[in-house]
Amino acid sequence: MTSAASRDGYGSALLEMADDERVVVLEADLGKSTKSCLFRAEYPERSFSMGIAEQNMMLVAAGMASTGKIPFASTFAIFTERGFEQVRNGIARPNLVVHLCGSHGGIHTGTDGSSAQSIEDLAIYRTLPNMTVMHPCDDLSTKSLTKSLLNHQRPSYTRTARNKTKRIYTEEQAASLEIGKFSIVREGSDVAILACGVMVAEAIDAAEFLANQGVDATVVDVHTLKPFDHGCLKSIAEKCGAIVTAEDHSIIGGLGGAVSESLASNHPTPLERVGVKDEFGMSGQPAELMKHYGLTVSDIVDAAKRAISRRTA
Amino acid sequence: MMTGAEPTCEELTVDDLVVISKDCRREIVKMVKRANAGHPGGSLSVIDILVGLYGRTLRVSTNKPKHPDRDRVILSKGHASPAMYSVLHAFGFISETDLHTYRVYNGVCQGHVDSKWTPGVDFSGGSLGMGLSFGLGVTLSAKMDGKDIFSWVILGDGECQEGEIWEAAMAAVHHKVENMTVIVDVNGIQNDNFVDQQMVMGDLAAKWAAFGWKVKEIDGHDMLEISTAIDWSKTTVGPCVILARTIKGKGVSFMENNPAFHGKAPDDEEFEQAMGELA
Repeated sequence: MTSAASRDGYGSALLEMADDERVVVLEADLGKSTKSCLFRAEYPERSFSMGIAEQNMMLVAAGMASTGKIPFASTFAIFTERGFEQVRNGIARPNLVVHLCGSHGGIHTGTDGSSAQSIEDLAIYRTLPNMTVMHPCDDLSTKSLTKSLLNHQRPSYTRTARNKTKRIYTEEQAASLEIGKFSIVREGSDVAILACGVMVAEAIDAAEFLANQGVDATVVDVHTLKPFDHGCLKSIAEKCGAIVTAEDHSIIGGLGGAVSESLASNHPTPLERVGVKDEFGMSGQPAELMKHYGLTVSDIVDAAKRAISRRTA
Repeated sequence: MMTGAEPTCEELTVDDLVVISKDCRREIVKMVKRANAGHPGGSLSVIDILVGLYGRTLRVSTNKPKHPDRDRVILSKGHASPAMYSVLHAFGFISETDLHTYRVYNGVCQGHVDSKWTPGVDFSGGSLGMGLSFGLGVTLSAKMDGKDIFSWVILGDGECQEGEIWEAAMAAVHHKVENMTVIVDVNGIQNDNFVDQQMVMGDLAAKWAAFGWKVKEIDGHDMLEISTAIDWSKTTVGPCVILARTIKGKGVSFMENNPAFHGKAPDDEEFEQAMGELA
Protein backbone atom coordinates (compact mmCIF):
# COMPACT_ATOMS: atom_id res chain seq x y z
CA MET A 1 0.00 0.00 0.00
CA THR A 2 1.31 3.43 -0.95
CA SER A 3 2.38 5.62 1.93
CA ALA A 4 2.65 9.38 2.22
CA ALA A 5 2.48 12.07 4.88
CA SER A 6 -0.66 14.14 5.26
CA ARG A 7 1.42 17.33 5.18
CA ASP A 8 2.26 16.48 1.56
CA GLY A 9 -1.45 16.62 0.80
CA TYR A 10 -1.60 20.14 2.21
CA GLY A 11 1.23 21.25 -0.06
CA SER A 12 -0.45 19.69 -3.10
CA ALA A 13 -3.77 21.32 -2.26
CA LEU A 14 -2.23 24.79 -2.12
CA LEU A 15 -0.83 24.29 -5.61
CA GLU A 16 -4.12 22.99 -6.96
CA MET A 17 -5.99 26.01 -5.53
CA ALA A 18 -3.55 28.51 -6.97
CA ASP A 19 -5.77 29.38 -9.93
CA ASP A 20 -7.97 31.22 -7.46
CA GLU A 21 -6.22 34.57 -7.15
CA ARG A 22 -7.70 35.08 -3.67
CA VAL A 23 -5.49 32.34 -2.26
CA VAL A 24 -2.48 33.65 -0.34
CA VAL A 25 0.00 31.69 1.75
CA LEU A 26 1.69 32.76 4.96
CA GLU A 27 4.66 31.04 6.55
CA ALA A 28 6.54 31.36 9.83
CA ASP A 29 9.88 29.91 8.75
CA LEU A 30 8.59 26.34 8.51
CA GLY A 31 7.44 26.26 4.91
CA LYS A 32 9.74 23.35 4.12
CA SER A 33 8.12 21.38 6.94
CA THR A 34 4.46 22.26 6.39
CA LYS A 35 4.95 21.98 2.58
CA SER A 36 3.72 25.48 1.85
CA CYS A 37 7.16 25.81 0.23
CA LEU A 38 5.66 24.17 -2.86
CA PHE A 39 3.30 27.12 -3.33
CA ARG A 40 6.05 29.62 -2.54
CA ALA A 41 8.24 28.19 -5.29
CA GLU A 42 5.52 28.67 -7.90
CA TYR A 43 3.75 31.78 -6.61
CA PRO A 44 6.22 33.94 -4.67
CA GLU A 45 4.09 37.06 -5.20
CA ARG A 46 1.30 35.47 -3.15
CA SER A 47 3.55 33.94 -0.48
CA PHE A 48 4.48 35.87 2.63
CA SER A 49 7.31 35.10 5.00
CA MET A 50 6.31 36.30 8.45
CA GLY A 51 9.55 35.23 10.09
CA ILE A 52 9.55 33.32 13.34
CA ALA A 53 6.63 35.35 14.64
CA GLU A 54 3.39 33.42 14.80
CA GLN A 55 1.29 35.99 16.62
CA ASN A 56 1.85 38.54 13.89
CA MET A 57 1.14 35.91 11.22
CA MET A 58 -2.33 35.25 12.64
CA LEU A 59 -3.43 38.88 12.49
CA VAL A 60 -1.81 39.59 9.13
CA ALA A 61 -3.85 36.69 7.81
CA ALA A 62 -6.94 38.17 9.49
CA GLY A 63 -6.30 41.55 7.87
CA MET A 64 -5.93 39.90 4.48
CA ALA A 65 -9.13 37.93 5.00
CA SER A 66 -10.95 41.15 5.86
CA THR A 67 -10.22 42.39 2.34
CA GLY A 68 -11.46 39.23 0.60
CA LYS A 69 -8.28 37.19 0.36
CA ILE A 70 -8.32 33.52 1.38
CA PRO A 71 -5.21 33.14 3.54
CA PHE A 72 -3.68 29.76 4.29
CA ALA A 73 -1.23 30.13 7.18
CA SER A 74 0.86 27.26 8.44
CA THR A 75 3.50 26.32 10.96
CA PHE A 76 3.97 23.41 13.35
CA ALA A 77 0.76 22.56 15.23
CA ILE A 78 2.47 23.43 18.49
CA PHE A 79 3.55 26.88 17.26
CA THR A 80 0.07 27.82 16.09
CA GLU A 81 -0.69 27.65 19.79
CA ARG A 82 1.82 30.45 20.34
CA GLY A 83 -0.78 32.63 18.65
CA PHE A 84 -3.84 31.01 20.22
CA GLU A 85 -5.26 34.19 21.67
CA GLN A 86 -4.68 35.88 18.33
CA VAL A 87 -6.68 33.09 16.68
CA ARG A 88 -9.39 33.46 19.30
CA ASN A 89 -9.73 37.24 19.32
CA GLY A 90 -8.42 38.16 15.89
CA ILE A 91 -9.75 35.37 13.66
CA ALA A 92 -12.53 33.30 15.24
CA ARG A 93 -14.32 36.12 17.06
CA PRO A 94 -14.73 38.37 14.00
CA ASN A 95 -15.27 35.18 11.92
CA LEU A 96 -12.57 36.09 9.42
CA VAL A 97 -12.04 33.22 7.01
CA VAL A 98 -8.42 32.31 7.69
CA HIS A 99 -7.30 28.70 7.25
CA LEU A 100 -4.61 27.51 9.64
CA CYS A 101 -2.63 24.35 9.15
CA GLY A 102 -0.61 22.88 12.01
CA SER A 103 1.81 20.22 10.84
CA HIS A 104 3.80 17.79 12.96
CA GLY A 105 0.86 17.12 15.25
CA GLY A 106 1.02 14.36 17.82
CA ILE A 107 3.47 11.94 19.41
CA HIS A 108 3.98 10.35 15.98
CA THR A 109 6.16 13.37 15.14
CA GLY A 110 8.95 11.39 16.79
CA THR A 111 12.52 12.31 17.60
CA ASP A 112 12.03 16.08 18.01
CA GLY A 113 10.57 15.24 21.39
CA SER A 114 7.87 16.69 23.57
CA SER A 115 8.32 20.38 22.68
CA ALA A 116 7.26 19.69 19.09
CA GLN A 117 4.54 17.11 19.74
CA SER A 118 1.26 18.97 20.12
CA ILE A 119 -1.21 16.74 21.91
CA GLU A 120 -3.74 19.46 22.69
CA ASP A 121 -4.27 21.43 19.48
CA LEU A 122 -7.50 19.72 18.45
CA ALA A 123 -8.96 20.27 21.91
CA ILE A 124 -8.20 23.94 22.15
CA TYR A 125 -9.29 24.93 18.65
CA ARG A 126 -12.49 22.90 19.03
CA THR A 127 -13.57 25.20 21.86
CA LEU A 128 -13.60 28.32 19.67
CA PRO A 129 -16.94 29.43 18.20
CA ASN A 130 -16.95 29.68 14.38
CA MET A 131 -13.90 27.40 13.99
CA THR A 132 -13.87 24.30 11.83
CA VAL A 133 -11.35 21.69 13.04
CA MET A 134 -10.00 18.89 10.88
CA HIS A 135 -7.42 16.15 11.16
CA PRO A 136 -7.34 14.06 7.98
CA CYS A 137 -5.65 10.66 7.91
CA ASP A 138 -3.64 10.59 4.69
CA ASP A 139 -2.26 12.83 1.98
CA LEU A 140 -5.12 12.43 -0.47
CA SER A 141 -7.86 13.19 2.03
CA THR A 142 -5.85 16.13 3.33
CA LYS A 143 -5.56 17.46 -0.20
CA SER A 144 -9.25 17.02 -0.90
CA LEU A 145 -10.48 18.50 2.38
CA THR A 146 -8.06 21.42 2.18
CA LYS A 147 -9.34 22.19 -1.31
CA SER A 148 -12.89 22.11 0.07
CA LEU A 149 -11.91 25.02 2.31
CA LEU A 150 -11.89 27.25 -0.75
CA ASN A 151 -15.67 27.44 -0.50
CA HIS A 152 -15.87 27.26 3.29
CA GLN A 153 -17.24 30.38 4.95
CA ARG A 154 -15.63 29.91 8.36
CA PRO A 155 -12.09 29.97 9.69
CA SER A 156 -10.47 26.58 10.16
CA TYR A 157 -7.65 24.67 11.76
CA THR A 158 -6.31 21.54 10.09
CA ARG A 159 -3.75 19.29 11.73
CA THR A 160 -1.39 17.33 9.52
CA ALA A 161 1.24 14.77 10.45
CA ARG A 162 4.95 14.79 9.75
CA ASN A 163 5.53 11.13 8.96
CA LYS A 164 4.33 8.82 6.26
CA THR A 165 1.46 6.49 6.97
CA LYS A 166 -0.61 4.14 4.83
CA ARG A 167 -2.83 5.75 2.25
CA ILE A 168 -6.46 5.06 3.19
CA TYR A 169 -8.26 6.53 0.18
CA THR A 170 -8.00 6.56 -3.58
CA GLU A 171 -8.17 9.93 -5.32
CA GLU A 172 -11.83 9.31 -6.18
CA GLN A 173 -12.76 8.29 -2.65
CA ALA A 174 -10.92 11.27 -1.17
CA ALA A 175 -12.69 13.63 -3.55
CA SER A 176 -16.06 12.55 -2.15
CA LEU A 177 -15.22 13.47 1.45
CA GLU A 178 -17.18 16.36 2.92
CA ILE A 179 -16.17 18.68 5.72
CA GLY A 180 -18.26 17.82 8.79
CA LYS A 181 -19.37 14.34 7.66
CA PHE A 182 -17.98 11.13 9.09
CA SER A 183 -16.32 8.82 6.60
CA ILE A 184 -17.20 5.19 7.31
CA VAL A 185 -14.29 3.14 5.98
CA ARG A 186 -15.43 -0.25 7.30
CA GLU A 187 -18.86 -1.46 8.37
CA GLY A 188 -19.50 -3.80 11.28
CA SER A 189 -22.08 -4.16 14.01
CA ASP A 190 -20.23 -5.33 17.14
CA VAL A 191 -18.18 -2.24 17.97
CA ALA A 192 -17.31 1.05 16.30
CA ILE A 193 -13.79 2.47 16.22
CA LEU A 194 -13.73 6.22 15.58
CA ALA A 195 -10.26 7.42 14.67
CA CYS A 196 -8.53 10.47 13.25
CA GLY A 197 -5.17 11.19 11.66
CA VAL A 198 -2.48 8.56 11.82
CA MET A 199 -4.70 6.37 14.01
CA VAL A 200 -7.14 5.61 11.18
CA ALA A 201 -4.69 3.12 9.65
CA GLU A 202 -4.20 1.54 13.07
CA ALA A 203 -7.95 1.32 13.55
CA ILE A 204 -8.39 -0.48 10.22
CA ASP A 205 -5.70 -3.00 11.21
CA ALA A 206 -7.36 -3.44 14.60
CA ALA A 207 -10.68 -4.13 12.86
CA GLU A 208 -9.03 -6.83 10.72
CA PHE A 209 -7.54 -8.38 13.83
CA LEU A 210 -10.91 -8.32 15.58
CA ALA A 211 -12.56 -9.85 12.51
CA ASN A 212 -10.27 -12.85 12.82
CA GLN A 213 -11.62 -13.27 16.34
CA GLY A 214 -15.22 -13.03 15.17
CA VAL A 215 -15.77 -9.39 16.16
CA ASP A 216 -17.19 -7.25 13.39
CA ALA A 217 -16.10 -3.62 13.76
CA THR A 218 -17.14 -0.40 12.10
CA VAL A 219 -14.27 1.99 11.46
CA VAL A 220 -14.90 5.71 11.03
CA ASP A 221 -12.44 8.31 9.83
CA VAL A 222 -13.42 11.40 11.82
CA HIS A 223 -11.52 13.82 9.62
CA THR A 224 -13.64 16.70 10.91
CA LEU A 225 -13.90 17.17 14.67
CA LYS A 226 -15.94 20.35 14.30
CA PRO A 227 -18.61 20.70 13.09
CA PHE A 228 -19.19 17.28 14.61
CA ASP A 229 -21.36 14.68 12.88
CA HIS A 230 -23.67 14.01 15.86
CA GLY A 231 -26.30 12.30 13.71
CA CYS A 232 -23.94 9.74 12.29
CA LEU A 233 -22.42 9.01 15.69
CA LYS A 234 -25.87 8.41 17.15
CA SER A 235 -26.80 5.93 14.44
CA ILE A 236 -23.48 4.12 14.81
CA ALA A 237 -23.91 3.98 18.59
CA GLU A 238 -27.42 2.58 18.18
CA LYS A 239 -26.15 -0.07 15.79
CA CYS A 240 -22.93 -1.12 17.57
CA GLY A 241 -23.59 -0.31 21.23
CA ALA A 242 -19.88 -0.01 22.01
CA ILE A 243 -17.49 2.72 20.90
CA VAL A 244 -13.72 3.21 20.84
CA THR A 245 -11.94 6.45 19.96
CA ALA A 246 -8.35 6.44 18.73
CA GLU A 247 -6.27 9.59 18.36
CA ASP A 248 -2.66 10.70 18.55
CA HIS A 249 -3.73 13.45 20.92
CA SER A 250 -4.67 13.81 24.56
CA ILE A 251 -7.73 11.80 25.50
CA ILE A 252 -8.94 15.06 27.05
CA GLY A 253 -10.87 17.35 24.77
CA GLY A 254 -10.03 16.01 21.32
CA LEU A 255 -11.78 13.20 19.47
CA GLY A 256 -12.41 11.28 22.69
CA GLY A 257 -13.76 14.43 24.26
CA ALA A 258 -16.02 15.26 21.32
CA VAL A 259 -17.42 11.71 21.18
CA SER A 260 -17.94 11.65 24.96
CA GLU A 261 -19.91 14.89 24.85
CA SER A 262 -22.04 13.76 21.96
CA LEU A 263 -22.81 10.31 23.36
CA ALA A 264 -23.61 11.68 26.80
CA SER A 265 -26.18 14.03 25.30
CA ASN A 266 -27.60 11.89 22.50
CA HIS A 267 -27.11 8.20 23.14
CA PRO A 268 -25.15 7.10 26.24
CA THR A 269 -22.96 4.20 25.13
CA PRO A 270 -19.90 2.43 26.60
CA LEU A 271 -16.85 4.32 25.33
CA GLU A 272 -13.12 3.56 25.60
CA ARG A 273 -10.63 6.25 24.63
CA VAL A 274 -7.28 5.35 23.09
CA GLY A 275 -4.97 8.35 23.12
CA VAL A 276 -2.30 10.13 25.11
CA LYS A 277 -3.24 9.86 28.76
CA ASP A 278 -2.60 13.35 30.13
CA GLU A 279 1.16 13.30 29.79
CA PHE A 280 3.80 14.84 27.55
CA GLY A 281 5.77 12.95 24.93
CA MET A 282 9.48 12.38 24.51
CA SER A 283 12.04 11.59 21.82
CA GLY A 284 11.98 8.29 20.00
CA GLN A 285 11.04 6.65 16.74
CA PRO A 286 7.32 6.93 16.00
CA ALA A 287 6.72 3.19 16.41
CA GLU A 288 8.51 3.16 19.77
CA LEU A 289 6.53 6.13 20.99
CA MET A 290 3.18 4.80 19.79
CA LYS A 291 3.85 1.64 21.75
CA HIS A 292 4.98 3.54 24.84
CA TYR A 293 1.92 5.79 24.89
CA GLY A 294 -0.59 3.07 24.12
CA LEU A 295 -1.44 4.06 20.55
CA THR A 296 -1.06 0.71 18.78
CA VAL A 297 -3.33 -1.79 17.06
CA SER A 298 -3.33 -3.97 20.15
CA ASP A 299 -4.32 -1.04 22.36
CA ILE A 300 -7.31 -0.45 20.09
CA VAL A 301 -8.19 -4.15 20.09
CA ASP A 302 -8.06 -4.27 23.90
CA ALA A 303 -10.16 -1.12 24.14
CA ALA A 304 -12.74 -2.62 21.77
CA LYS A 305 -13.03 -5.71 23.93
CA ARG A 306 -13.44 -3.59 27.05
CA ALA A 307 -16.14 -1.49 25.41
CA ILE A 308 -17.99 -4.60 24.23
CA SER A 309 -17.77 -6.15 27.70
CA ARG A 310 -19.39 -3.05 29.19
CA ARG A 311 -22.31 -3.24 26.80
CA THR A 312 -25.51 -4.18 28.56
CA ALA A 313 -27.21 -7.14 26.98
CA MET B 1 -20.87 64.77 6.20
CA MET B 2 -19.74 62.01 3.86
CA THR B 3 -22.88 60.54 2.45
CA GLY B 4 -21.77 59.38 -1.00
CA ALA B 5 -21.73 55.75 -2.00
CA GLU B 6 -18.05 55.99 -2.91
CA PRO B 7 -15.49 56.62 -0.18
CA THR B 8 -14.49 60.27 -0.12
CA CYS B 9 -12.96 62.78 2.24
CA GLU B 10 -14.48 66.18 2.77
CA GLU B 11 -11.63 68.18 4.27
CA LEU B 12 -12.58 70.37 7.20
CA THR B 13 -10.61 73.29 8.58
CA VAL B 14 -8.51 72.96 11.68
CA ASP B 15 -10.95 75.23 13.48
CA ASP B 16 -13.83 72.93 12.52
CA LEU B 17 -11.92 69.97 13.91
CA VAL B 18 -11.29 71.69 17.23
CA VAL B 19 -15.03 72.20 17.64
CA ILE B 20 -15.78 68.58 16.73
CA SER B 21 -13.19 67.33 19.20
CA LYS B 22 -14.78 69.24 22.01
CA ASP B 23 -18.19 67.79 21.14
CA CYS B 24 -16.65 64.32 21.11
CA ARG B 25 -15.03 64.85 24.50
CA ARG B 26 -18.42 65.60 26.00
CA GLU B 27 -19.91 62.48 24.41
CA ILE B 28 -17.02 60.36 25.71
CA VAL B 29 -17.58 61.46 29.28
CA LYS B 30 -21.35 61.04 28.95
CA MET B 31 -20.99 57.50 27.56
CA VAL B 32 -18.72 56.42 30.37
CA LYS B 33 -20.97 58.05 32.93
CA ARG B 34 -24.12 56.38 31.58
CA ALA B 35 -22.41 52.98 31.51
CA ASN B 36 -20.74 53.67 34.86
CA ALA B 37 -17.75 51.89 33.31
CA GLY B 38 -15.28 52.24 30.48
CA HIS B 39 -12.04 54.00 29.66
CA PRO B 40 -12.25 57.80 29.70
CA GLY B 41 -8.54 58.61 30.09
CA GLY B 42 -7.25 56.99 26.91
CA SER B 43 -10.33 58.08 24.97
CA LEU B 44 -9.72 61.74 25.84
CA SER B 45 -6.06 61.42 24.91
CA VAL B 46 -6.70 59.87 21.48
CA ILE B 47 -9.75 61.83 20.38
CA ASP B 48 -7.93 64.67 18.61
CA ILE B 49 -6.00 62.12 16.54
CA LEU B 50 -9.20 60.39 15.48
CA VAL B 51 -10.98 63.63 14.63
CA GLY B 52 -7.94 64.70 12.64
CA LEU B 53 -8.03 61.49 10.60
CA TYR B 54 -11.76 61.62 9.87
CA GLY B 55 -11.73 65.33 9.13
CA ARG B 56 -8.60 65.58 7.02
CA THR B 57 -7.75 62.42 5.18
CA LEU B 58 -10.03 59.39 5.44
CA ARG B 59 -11.82 58.26 2.31
CA VAL B 60 -14.85 56.56 3.79
CA SER B 61 -18.56 56.37 3.14
CA THR B 62 -21.36 56.57 5.66
CA ASN B 63 -23.71 54.96 3.13
CA LYS B 64 -21.37 52.04 2.53
CA PRO B 65 -19.26 51.71 5.68
CA LYS B 66 -17.93 48.35 4.39
CA HIS B 67 -16.95 49.70 0.98
CA PRO B 68 -13.99 47.53 -0.08
CA ASP B 69 -11.90 50.51 -1.23
CA ARG B 70 -12.31 52.60 1.92
CA ASP B 71 -9.39 53.70 4.04
CA ARG B 72 -9.12 51.81 7.30
CA VAL B 73 -8.90 53.06 10.88
CA ILE B 74 -7.59 50.32 13.13
CA LEU B 75 -7.98 51.34 16.74
CA SER B 76 -5.67 48.76 18.22
CA LYS B 77 -6.10 50.27 21.68
CA GLY B 78 -9.69 49.10 21.42
CA HIS B 79 -10.63 50.05 24.96
CA ALA B 80 -10.68 53.69 23.80
CA SER B 81 -13.97 52.76 22.17
CA PRO B 82 -15.88 55.82 23.49
CA ALA B 83 -13.54 57.98 21.41
CA MET B 84 -14.25 55.84 18.34
CA TYR B 85 -18.00 55.91 18.88
CA SER B 86 -18.06 59.66 19.47
CA VAL B 87 -16.17 60.30 16.25
CA LEU B 88 -18.30 57.83 14.27
CA HIS B 89 -21.31 59.72 15.57
CA ALA B 90 -19.80 63.10 14.70
CA PHE B 91 -19.11 61.95 11.14
CA GLY B 92 -22.49 60.33 10.58
CA PHE B 93 -21.86 56.57 10.87
CA ILE B 94 -23.93 55.99 13.98
CA SER B 95 -26.75 57.81 15.72
CA GLU B 96 -27.00 59.48 19.08
CA THR B 97 -29.29 56.64 20.11
CA ASP B 98 -26.47 54.23 19.29
CA LEU B 99 -24.18 56.11 21.68
CA HIS B 100 -26.64 55.27 24.44
CA THR B 101 -25.98 51.56 23.84
CA TYR B 102 -22.34 51.74 24.94
CA ARG B 103 -21.73 48.67 27.11
CA VAL B 104 -25.48 47.99 27.11
CA TYR B 105 -26.93 44.51 26.55
CA ASN B 106 -27.09 43.73 22.81
CA GLY B 107 -25.97 47.27 22.00
CA VAL B 108 -24.40 48.66 18.83
CA CYS B 109 -21.54 50.12 20.86
CA GLN B 110 -19.79 47.21 22.52
CA GLY B 111 -17.36 47.64 25.43
CA HIS B 112 -14.41 47.37 23.08
CA VAL B 113 -14.50 48.25 19.38
CA ASP B 114 -16.00 45.41 17.37
CA SER B 115 -16.38 45.30 13.60
CA LYS B 116 -19.33 42.92 13.81
CA TRP B 117 -21.41 45.33 15.88
CA THR B 118 -20.65 48.89 14.84
CA PRO B 119 -20.89 50.45 11.36
CA GLY B 120 -17.58 52.12 10.53
CA VAL B 121 -15.46 49.98 12.85
CA ASP B 122 -12.86 48.14 10.76
CA PHE B 123 -11.14 46.08 13.44
CA SER B 124 -12.27 44.14 16.50
CA GLY B 125 -10.00 45.17 19.33
CA GLY B 126 -9.97 44.69 23.07
CA SER B 127 -6.83 42.59 23.23
CA LEU B 128 -3.77 44.78 22.90
CA GLY B 129 -1.00 44.29 20.37
CA MET B 130 -2.97 42.96 17.40
CA GLY B 131 -3.95 46.00 15.33
CA LEU B 132 -0.65 46.66 13.60
CA SER B 133 -0.52 43.08 12.31
CA PHE B 134 -4.09 43.42 11.05
CA GLY B 135 -3.28 46.69 9.31
CA LEU B 136 -0.28 45.03 7.73
CA GLY B 137 -2.53 42.29 6.35
CA VAL B 138 -4.95 44.84 4.90
CA THR B 139 -2.11 46.80 3.35
CA LEU B 140 -0.32 43.81 1.84
CA SER B 141 -3.60 42.67 0.34
CA ALA B 142 -4.33 46.11 -1.12
CA LYS B 143 -0.82 46.23 -2.57
CA MET B 144 -1.37 42.88 -4.31
CA ASP B 145 -4.58 44.21 -5.80
CA GLY B 146 -3.07 47.55 -6.80
CA LYS B 147 -5.59 49.39 -4.63
CA ASP B 148 -4.92 52.78 -3.09
CA ILE B 149 -6.27 51.94 0.36
CA PHE B 150 -4.57 53.70 3.28
CA SER B 151 -4.58 52.12 6.75
CA TRP B 152 -4.16 54.11 9.94
CA VAL B 153 -3.21 52.05 12.96
CA ILE B 154 -3.57 53.67 16.37
CA LEU B 155 -1.57 52.20 19.22
CA GLY B 156 -1.08 53.14 22.85
CA ASP B 157 2.38 53.62 24.31
CA GLY B 158 1.72 50.99 26.97
CA GLU B 159 0.50 48.73 24.18
CA CYS B 160 3.98 48.87 22.68
CA GLN B 161 5.01 46.51 25.49
CA GLU B 162 3.30 43.74 23.55
CA GLY B 163 5.79 41.66 21.59
CA GLU B 164 3.49 41.31 18.60
CA ILE B 165 3.82 45.05 17.93
CA TRP B 166 7.50 44.56 17.22
CA GLU B 167 6.93 41.39 15.20
CA ALA B 168 4.64 43.47 13.01
CA ALA B 169 7.02 46.45 12.96
CA MET B 170 9.73 44.15 11.58
CA ALA B 171 7.41 42.56 9.05
CA ALA B 172 6.10 45.89 7.73
CA VAL B 173 9.63 46.98 6.86
CA HIS B 174 10.55 43.57 5.44
CA HIS B 175 7.54 43.70 3.13
CA LYS B 176 8.17 47.36 2.19
CA VAL B 177 4.76 48.57 3.26
CA GLU B 178 3.83 52.06 2.11
CA ASN B 179 0.14 52.78 2.55
CA MET B 180 0.02 52.36 6.31
CA THR B 181 0.86 54.79 9.09
CA VAL B 182 1.03 54.08 12.79
CA ILE B 183 0.04 56.75 15.27
CA VAL B 184 1.06 56.08 18.86
CA ASP B 185 -1.03 57.82 21.49
CA VAL B 186 1.83 58.48 23.92
CA ASN B 187 -0.15 59.40 27.01
CA GLY B 188 2.34 57.92 29.48
CA ILE B 189 -0.21 55.96 31.51
CA GLN B 190 -1.44 52.38 31.36
CA ASN B 191 -3.95 50.42 33.40
CA ASP B 192 -2.17 50.12 36.72
CA ASN B 193 0.12 53.14 36.73
CA PHE B 194 2.41 55.40 34.75
CA VAL B 195 4.03 53.57 31.85
CA ASP B 196 7.55 54.08 33.15
CA GLN B 197 6.53 52.55 36.48
CA GLN B 198 5.11 49.46 34.80
CA MET B 199 7.74 48.92 32.12
CA VAL B 200 10.30 51.46 31.06
CA MET B 201 9.82 52.07 27.35
CA GLY B 202 12.99 54.09 26.85
CA ASP B 203 13.31 56.09 23.67
CA LEU B 204 10.28 55.07 21.60
CA ALA B 205 11.40 57.16 18.64
CA ALA B 206 14.77 55.43 18.60
CA LYS B 207 13.12 52.03 18.91
CA TRP B 208 10.84 52.59 15.90
CA ALA B 209 13.69 54.13 13.93
CA ALA B 210 15.88 51.13 14.74
CA PHE B 211 13.20 48.89 13.25
CA GLY B 212 13.41 50.91 10.04
CA TRP B 213 10.46 53.27 10.43
CA LYS B 214 10.32 56.99 9.64
CA VAL B 215 9.44 58.78 12.86
CA LYS B 216 7.76 62.11 13.57
CA GLU B 217 6.98 63.40 17.04
CA ILE B 218 4.09 65.80 17.51
CA ASP B 219 1.77 67.31 20.08
CA GLY B 220 -1.20 64.96 19.82
CA HIS B 221 -3.64 67.66 20.89
CA ASP B 222 -2.55 70.29 18.37
CA MET B 223 -4.87 69.90 15.38
CA LEU B 224 -2.48 71.71 13.05
CA GLU B 225 0.41 69.44 14.02
CA ILE B 226 -1.83 66.37 13.64
CA SER B 227 -2.92 67.56 10.22
CA THR B 228 0.63 68.33 9.11
CA ALA B 229 1.87 64.93 10.35
CA ILE B 230 -0.90 63.16 8.43
CA ASP B 231 0.24 64.89 5.25
CA TRP B 232 3.89 64.12 6.06
CA SER B 233 3.24 60.42 6.47
CA LYS B 234 1.27 60.21 3.22
CA THR B 235 4.08 61.81 1.24
CA THR B 236 7.05 60.10 2.92
CA VAL B 237 8.51 56.77 1.84
CA GLY B 238 7.66 54.72 4.90
CA PRO B 239 6.46 52.98 6.79
CA CYS B 240 5.86 56.00 9.00
CA VAL B 241 5.05 56.28 12.67
CA ILE B 242 3.75 59.41 14.34
CA LEU B 243 4.48 59.57 18.06
CA ALA B 244 1.73 61.82 19.35
CA ARG B 245 2.48 63.13 22.82
CA THR B 246 -0.83 63.39 24.59
CA ILE B 247 -2.27 63.90 28.05
CA LYS B 248 -4.35 61.09 29.41
CA GLY B 249 -7.76 62.47 30.34
CA LYS B 250 -7.13 65.66 28.31
CA GLY B 251 -9.81 68.29 28.81
CA VAL B 252 -11.07 67.21 32.22
CA SER B 253 -8.79 68.63 34.90
CA PHE B 254 -9.11 65.89 37.50
CA MET B 255 -8.68 63.15 34.91
CA GLU B 256 -5.61 64.69 33.30
CA ASN B 257 -2.46 62.66 33.83
CA ASN B 258 -4.29 60.64 36.48
CA PRO B 259 -3.90 56.84 36.32
CA ALA B 260 -7.12 56.44 38.33
CA PHE B 261 -9.16 57.46 35.28
CA HIS B 262 -7.71 54.89 32.90
CA GLY B 263 -10.76 52.73 33.42
CA LYS B 264 -13.18 54.42 35.78
CA ALA B 265 -16.34 56.45 35.42
CA PRO B 266 -16.73 59.82 37.17
CA ASP B 267 -19.20 60.07 40.06
CA ASP B 268 -22.11 62.53 39.85
CA GLU B 269 -20.19 65.49 41.17
CA GLU B 270 -17.18 64.77 39.00
CA PHE B 271 -19.45 64.40 35.98
CA GLU B 272 -20.99 67.82 36.51
CA GLN B 273 -17.54 69.34 36.86
CA ALA B 274 -16.35 67.59 33.68
CA MET B 275 -19.36 68.83 31.71
CA GLY B 276 -18.69 72.34 32.96
CA GLU B 277 -15.06 72.19 31.87
CA LEU B 278 -16.00 70.80 28.45
CA ALA B 279 -18.84 73.30 27.84
